[in-house]
Formats: sequence, C-alpha cells, structure tokens
Amino acid sequence: MTKKLLEVKNLRTYFHTFKGTVKAVDDVSFWVDEGEILAIVGESGGGKSVTGFSVIRLIEEPGRIESGEILFEGKDLMGLSESQMNRVRGKDISMIFQDPMTSLNPVYTIGQQIEETLILHTDLSPKERKAASIELLRSVGISNPESRLKAYPHQFSGGMRQRVIIAIALAADPKLIIADEPTTALDVTIQAQILRLMAELVRGKGRSLILVTHDLAVVSEMADRINVMYCGKVVESGPTRDVIDRSAHPYTKGLIGSIPDLERDKNRLETIKGIVPNMFDLPKGCKFAPRCTRAKEICHVQEPEVINMSQSHQVACHFPFREEVL
Amino acid sequence: MFRFIVKRLIQLVLVLFVVSLIVFVFTSVMGNPVYLMVRENATEAEIQAVVQYLGLDKPLPVQYGIFLKNALHGNFGKSYMYHLPALGLIMERFPATLEIVVVALLLSASLGIPLGVLSGAYPKSKFSQGVMAFSIAGISMPSFWIGMVMIFFFSLYLGVLPVSGRGDVGTILGINTSLATVNGWQHIILPSITLALGNVATIIRLTRSGMQENMRQDYVRFARAKGVPRRKVLFGHALKNTLIPVVTIFGLQMGSLIAFTTITETIFAWPGMGKLLIDAINIAARPIIAAYILFVAVMFVFINFIVDILYVFIDPRIDLQ
Amino acid sequence: MSEKTAGRWGLFLRSEIFHNYRRSPSAIAGSIMVVLVLLVALLGPIWTVQNPYDIASLELGDAYKPPVWLEGGEAKFFLGTDQQGRDMVSAIVYGSRVSLFIGIAGTIMASVIGIALGLMAGYFGGKVDGIIMRIADIQLSFPTMLIALLLMSVLGKGVFNILLSLTLVGWVRYARTVRGETLSVKKSEYIEAAKVIGLPDLRILVRHVLPNVFASIIVLSTIQVGSFILTEASLSFLGMGVPLTRPSLGMLCNNGFTVLYSGLWWVSILPGLYIMVIVFGINLLGDFLRDELNPKLK
Repeated sequence: MTKKLLEVKNLRTYFHTFKGTVKAVDDVSFWVDEGEILAIVGESGGGKSVTGFSVIRLIEEPGRIESGEILFEGKDLMGLSESQMNRVRGKDISMIFQDPMTSLNPVYTIGQQIEETLILHTDLSPKERKAASIELLRSVGISNPESRLKAYPHQFSGGMRQRVIIAIALAADPKLIIADEPTTALDVTIQAQILRLMAELVRGKGRSLILVTHDLAVVSEMADRINVMYCGKVVESGPTRDVIDRSAHPYTKGLIGSIPDLERDKNRLETIKGIVPNMFDLPKGCKFAPRCTRAKEICHVQEPEVINMSQSHQVACHFPFREEVL
Repeated sequence: MFRFIVKRLIQLVLVLFVVSLIVFVFTSVMGNPVYLMVRENATEAEIQAVVQYLGLDKPLPVQYGIFLKNALHGNFGKSYMYHLPALGLIMERFPATLEIVVVALLLSASLGIPLGVLSGAYPKSKFSQGVMAFSIAGISMPSFWIGMVMIFFFSLYLGVLPVSGRGDVGTILGINTSLATVNGWQHIILPSITLALGNVATIIRLTRSGMQENMRQDYVRFARAKGVPRRKVLFGHALKNTLIPVVTIFGLQMGSLIAFTTITETIFAWPGMGKLLIDAINIAARPIIAAYILFVAVMFVFINFIVDILYVFIDPRIDLQ
Repeated sequence: MSEKTAGRWGLFLRSEIFHNYRRSPSAIAGSIMVVLVLLVALLGPIWTVQNPYDIASLELGDAYKPPVWLEGGEAKFFLGTDQQGRDMVSAIVYGSRVSLFIGIAGTIMASVIGIALGLMAGYFGGKVDGIIMRIADIQLSFPTMLIALLLMSVLGKGVFNILLSLTLVGWVRYARTVRGETLSVKKSEYIEAAKVIGLPDLRILVRHVLPNVFASIIVLSTIQVGSFILTEASLSFLGMGVPLTRPSLGMLCNNGFTVLYSGLWWVSILPGLYIMVIVFGINLLGDFLRDELNPKLK
C-alpha cells in the first residue's frame, strides 16, 4: 500500500478585492501518494495555479488562505511559522514556474541561483556545492555545465532556462515538486522534451509531482491520477484512465472533446460552449450548469454532492455520465 | 569598447555643435552689451568703435564662425565686467560648486536609497507612509525657501552656523578645498543640505517605485519558492535589480543639482559658478553665459558617458559589443 | 442607492477610483487643500484688508509689524506687515493668484502645444517626427530649471514671458506621451481600413488617440501645475520672473529675503510656506491620480 505524501483537506483560498471576493480555491481536497504524478487540469482561471501556490503557502495580498489543512507527511503546514515554512519550501516541496523567461533573476549567474538553494538546504562545502551544481545541470541535459555556471539567464534560450529552473527545483532533492504549467510558455517542439525530462527525473528518484496544466493531452500520457478543476472546485478526480476513458463530468468530456486528434479524422473540433463565468459573480448551484448541455433545473439551484463512480473515481455532478451496461 | 568611446566622442561633438548654435543665437538676442562698455554720454563714434571691437558689425554667420573658432580655443571673450577670460572665471568658480554638489549628492544617496528601499519593501507600514509623506513634501518645497528657513533657524535663531560665503580653504592631497577645514564644513553644510533635500525626495520615490516593481517579478516569487526568506529576497534579489537604474538617476540628478546651484549659491552667497551665471545674466555678460552653457553641456555628456560605462559593470545584460 | 444616482455620476460614485479615494487620507487632504487654495485665490480680494498693489492704501507707519501672536503684532495684520507696511495676508492672497494663474495657464499652453506636436510627430512620421523628437531629446538632457532660467534671461521679465518659457520647457513630456499613442493607433487596422477607402484619417486619429491618452494627460497636468508653480517661484526669486508690479509668491520671498537678516522672517518665510502648501496639495492629489490612472508614469 502506498503512503500519502501530501493530503490537502477543505482548502479555501480567497482573494479580497474592491470588486468583491474571488473564491479561487473553494473547499478543495486531494492527496498525492509517494512516487505519484498527479495532474491538476482545467481552463485558465479555474484555480489550478492558486492551489499549487497554496500548498507552499505563497499566496500574496490580496489573497489569503482562509481555511483548510495541508498535511505533508502527516504534519499540517498551516500550523508552521514563516521561518519553518522557509525550511519546507525548496527542501521538501519545490516549485517550477510557468514562464522561464522571468523566473530567473537577470542579475545573478546561473551558478549563484542554483547554489542559493544548496546553501539554504544542505550542509555542503563550497567545493561540493560547485560539483553538485555541475551535476544538476548535467542531469537536466545542459551541455558544458562547468562553463555555464558563470553565465547569466539572458544568455540562455527559453527551453534551456526551464531546464535550469528544473535543476534548481531538484537541487535539494525535494520529496514533492509542483510544476505550474511548466511548458506553456515554450515552443511546442520543446514542450515534450521538458515534460519527458521532468517525468524521468521524478520517477527515477521515486519522488512525487503535481503537474498543473490546461493541456489534457499532455497529462494523459504522464499522470497517474487527474484532478479536474472548474471555478475553484474539483469536479472530477480519479486514475488517469478512468478520467479519460470513462469521464463522468460533462466538463471533463468537453475538455477531452476539444483535444485535436491527428489520428482520427475529426472534421471540426468540439468546443465547450460559453465562457468561464465571472469569478466575482459565480452562478448558484453547479458552477458549470450555464455551459452544460445536460443541465436540468436542479443544477441551477443546488450544488452537486461528490459521488463515487468507483472506489477511486469521484465526480461532483447531478447527472454524471455512467458506463452503459452493455 | 574602443568603438563605443569613438561613438560617444562623435556624439559629444554633435551635441556641442547644436548647443553652440543655440548659445550663439541666445546670446546674440540678449541685451546689447555695447551700452555696458561705454560711458553714458558716449558719442556715436565711440559706440561704433566698441561695436567694431566686439565684432558686432559683421553679418551673423560670420559672427558665429568667429565665436566657434574662439570657443574651440577655449576663448569665449573677456567678461565685460570683470575684464577676465570667461572660461577662466568659470574654471575658477567650478571647484566651489563641485564641493556643494558632491556633498549634496552623497547626502541624498546615503539617505534616499535606504529610505526608498525600505519604504518600497514594506509599503503598508507606518514608517514608509511617513517616508512617502516626507518625500511628497520634499518635492513640494521651493529650494530657495528651504535655504531661507535654514538660514533663519540655524544661523539667525540658533546662531550655530555661518550665514553665507565659503569658509577657509585647506588642502587635501594637493587639492584646495573647503572640505579640508572645520570652518569650511561649517559653511558648506547648510547649502548642501538645501541642495540635497529636494533631491533626496526624488531618489526616494524612484528607488521605491523600482523596488515595488521588482517585487512583483516572477523571479522574486521563485526565490521565495526556493525557501529564501522574505527579507533576504527583498534585500538581495529585488534590491540588486533596483539599484541598476538608480545609477541613471544619479547621472540625471547631478545635472539638476548643478542647475539648482544657481539658487542655492545665490541664497548663501556661495562663490560658485551658479552665482556667477546669475550675476552674468543680470549684467547681460554674453561671454560668461556662453561659456557656462557649453561648459555644462560638456559636463552632462561626460556624466552620461560615465553612467554608461558604469552600467557595463553592474548590469550583466548590457554588452558594449 | 436610488435609481436617480444612476448614470455617469452614479457610475463614478461606484467606481474603483472613488472607492480608493475615500480610503486615501492623503488624496482627500490633497483635494481639500487644493479647493481651499483655489477659493482663497478667487474670493481673496473680497475679504483682504487691503489691495497690496495699491500703493495709496499702504502706510509706512504700519511697516515692520510682526504676526499677531508675537509682541507688537496687530489683529488687523494677522501675519504682520512687510517693510512698506503691506499686510502679509493680503500680499500672500494676491501673490497666490499670480502663482496659480501662471501654473495653470502655463500647463494649459504646454499641454496644447505638446499634444499638437506629439500628434504631428506621430502622424507624419519621417522627418517631422525626427526633428520634433530630436529637439525633445536634447531638451530633456538639460534640467528644466536651467533652460527656463536661460530663456527668461533672453526674454526678460514678465508674466507672458514666463508662460512662454514654461511652455517651451513643458511641452516635451506631453508630446512624447501623445506621439507614442498616435503611433500605436496608426498601426491599428481600422486606420488602415480608413486609409484604404480614402477617408481623411487625421480626424479619426485625433478621435482615437486623445481618449486613450486622456488619463495620462490628466496625471501629467496635475503634477505639471505644481512643478510650474515651483519653477516660476524660483525664477521670480532670482529676479528673473514676474515684474515687481505683479508680485507672485516667489517674488514676495525675494522681496522679503533682504530683511530676513534683520529678523523679519515672516516677510519671506510665510509666502514660501504658502507655496509649499499649494504644491503639496497638488502633489498629494497628483500622486493619487498617478497610482490610479497610470502607474507606469514616473
């Protein structure tokens, strides 16, 4: 039986602005097992990234984590002080950001930025740190790592920078890595390379990964389990094959329908009609109801309960798609 | 590097050419100097002689040519009033001005940068709101008024500091400066504070906004995700990026400080080139004004050049090639 | 909220700007100061004890009176009198009229010229653009104060000459803002389309550029009024500003400076203090507007 590495219970992260409160993450619960890759999928603005940032408690004004438990190896991170939290960030849980062009500090060398993590979280001597940095750069596929240590970020391409960022995230050998849309800003040709690299490194060391993305196609190849988020809520969760092949939520079905498929000859892509609702003014009842083809009266009034489709496959919907009994 | 310097030199020549043209047109239309040089009841012939002596009877382009030729030799003509070479007069006054400008610059840097950084880092704290109120007040005060209040309070009311003039001059490392004597410092302190105050406010504001901008950047958040404590991120990652443009601000501020010495030096009767300019304007002394403007123009180009060079050393993204 | 407050005013009251305004003590303080200063300047002549320009109303016997709270002060001359027996309150009120007029009129002139030149540079491009912007660049590399001072030394004293100098130093920033916006609007497709069917596009350009830069111009102008008042004060203090017959606040300081050493501090310090009050109010407001409307402007 695998052990739960991270368990998030009833997390609520709200943003309080002039126009009102945005419930970016609203009563979200999920877990990640050791050695597992969990994907959090959804459209932009669905609260995926905020969920990721909430786990390491990097939510800035006007945002706030209102309530919830973030159990990491059984210990609640919400109860830690800021300085205790700094020993978790980067050491136990590290993060990879969306845009490699802006995530590295332009005035520090690559070497300095890798070393910063090593200084904070390891007892290595300067010499060992240098060796470790070189090794890290080599492991993410950067050629000539010795000479690259003295280079500045602007001397690297986007893909190379994302590799450096992955090296930094792995520097202190964290147990969990949260990757926030790690390939969105990259060229399509490089996206697959970076994802494969990440999966290899994580699997090779038996570490866990939370992959936040809007790209269901990417996820279906990599992830063990999938959480689908819509408007701050997890609408469907389960093992990858269950969610992809036996999607129960109309939103998940919609997402899958909108993936272009070269093999099958689709004449036109299906789309989900309508747009993501205004987060300041969410519909009552099921948040997806206004865009849902299956919505009935009750959907507009009452929020759906979470139902078990199988032991490991959950969905929050009044009228989920069920396997037709043949 | 060599190409960069050559490019800069060409630029300098161009700027000086444009400025010299402007200066010439300027001074040509400004007050008639002939009447300053002749007796009140001068005859037509006497006036004519002076006109010829000054070369004012020649057509304007010729006058400009002569002006340019002389200027290239550092000769701007003699001051009508002092009967001394104009450029020499300015060079003689320059050290005094440089003294208060340098002291003011050091004062505003050592105050403005830390205050700007702190108030940018913690914008909601009482301290930084106080700093902001002070800086808005600072840019709202006329600089001559600050000088008057200083004179009134420290010199007339408390009687602890001298009212005006430059103090005793001593020698440090072979340079004659009033910074070498206690009396000199007593004289320099009020003018340079006066000069610095508005400047401090500007530096605070620019440092602060730079700091706030950098704090919003992704790399600050990424550093936090690495486990770098907030304080270290602020005063390491964000500060280093903030300080780069501050160098430019310094270049610009140096220029505006030199301009404002005209006021400060007038109030404190400080014998620098700013006061010289005001006196020159009051008596329409063309050579001095012309020499002053060109001198300042050269200085500004030079300051910009230094700033550019400094950039290469502090900003890794800039490459002269 | 009742139905009647709907419409533009209602929209404003419910806007984010107004919401932040109500929570910003400095913005409220700034606007109160500005309103009071304007009221005092407009209504001043009604309640001041004398017209300080009218030499006949001055009596030398009233000279050298300190403010009322000091020994020898008189209630009639609340802030004391100067060396000619001029009531300081009256002098400051009348002086503020000159200072404010120059600050506001100068800003209007500079903005009109600057907007026009910016539109021209952006619209015509090429040589026109090159010349206008080159001049702007050279000018920006010299401190405003120095240019204004030299201009005044050529033009000579006078209210109109000050306005002219301020316009000549102040147009640059407007021109830059408007030019940038013009260039981006010019590239947009509807202008291209208008060109293709042969419509006069200057009109369209003006209609689309100005609304886009309106916020920046408001911010720029607020700050500009304050800085023009300061520049005028400095010029007048150096004796290169307004003529003696229409003393601005800066001129009053100049006049009072000669007697500062004899201990008559109120003659010079008080007008200067009032300059600071005016500009402080304007800057508080300007700072707020800049944060709300255009944070990119420095």
